[in-house]
Amino acid sequence: MADEALFLLLHNEMVSGVYKSAEQGEVENGRCITKLENMGFRVGQGLIERFTKDTARFKDELDIMKFICKDFWTTVFKKQIDNLRTNHQGIYVLQDNKFRLLTQLSAGKQYLEHASKYLAFTCGLIRGGLSNLGIKSIVTAEVSSMPACKFQVMIQKL
Amino acid sequence: MSRPAHKRPEYHKINKDLFVLTYGALVAQLCKDYEKDEDVNRYLDKMGYGIGTRLVEDFLARSCVRRCHSYSEIIDIIAQVAFKMYLGITPSVVCHNSSRNEFSLILDKNPLAEFVEELPAGRSALCYCNLLCGVIRGALEMVHLAADVTFLQDRLKGDSVTEIGITFLKKLDEKKYRRKK
Repeated sequence: MADEALFLLLHNEMVSGVYKSAEQGEVENGRCITKLENMGFRVGQGLIERFTKDTARFKDELDIMKFICKDFWTTVFKKQIDNLRTNHQGIYVLQDNKFRLLTQLSAGKQYLEHASKYLAFTCGLIRGGLSNLGIKSIVTAEVSSMPACKFQVMIQKL
Repeated sequence: MSRPAHKRPEYHKINKDLFVLTYGALVAQLCKDYEKDEDVNRYLDKMGYGIGTRLVEDFLARSCVRRCHSYSEIIDIIAQVAFKMYLGITPSVVCHNSSRNEFSLILDKNPLAEFVEELPAGRSALCYCNLLCGVIRGALEMVHLAADVTFLQDRLKGDSVTEIGITFLKKLDEKKYRRKK
């Protein structure tokens, strides 16, 4: 659907906009990632509400993570997560070998230092989605070679 | 007791929600960062401009529209093809003057503001959808047309419809077009 192009462009403009206002000395550098992540959080919360309105109850944590990897990721990024790993103690690693928001950026190690900016929003998206499903978590991302990336979810036991 | 059938959520609708929700989060963040409505409006317009300059390429690649010979043709294409393609709506077109360079797009339904109930208190001058103006302006400029795009009416501000006014500033430069070919 053509909507994808719109979202991609909006996301890229958001990232560059946040960093441009940081350059002008309005906010410090670390705050930019936080800003993007918080926006993603709010969007994730809203999305998961619309999404799971009529679906069945989730059995357990693993079920929720599988939902995120399959249905959620497919709807938002048109593909499933390629690999889900867990240590069964609250840490999950979601690996996407061709992450949609990074494919336009580079196909290897070029611009690797900028990759984290483009992942902050998605980290927030996952965190927000999980939060509205009752799971408190910390989500981080790492990239070793674009466009593959890994999202690490650490479940916080309340 | 039989369980109701598992209803699949409407995936394409949720995909559109992603854009709308992201836009909402962006405007909310901007309202936090900037106190004056004019600053937020200007920022949204600038962002829209950046998006428009790139979106027009995507649009031209997908739609294969033929070359236009008048402003009203261009406006018709924006309303009937571009808006339909990206936002799923078809605004109606109104021409304001005899020299045919001032037009309006009337939107009955504004998908960007789908989840907005009302503008926050103290933000009455906020043009929530100002991104759209920037997008149209940027897209037109990439095809060598200078235009002024603003919101004339806004449903969120109490008007009955949302109206975007487009005023073309210079005559279509025929020579430039032919050379491009």
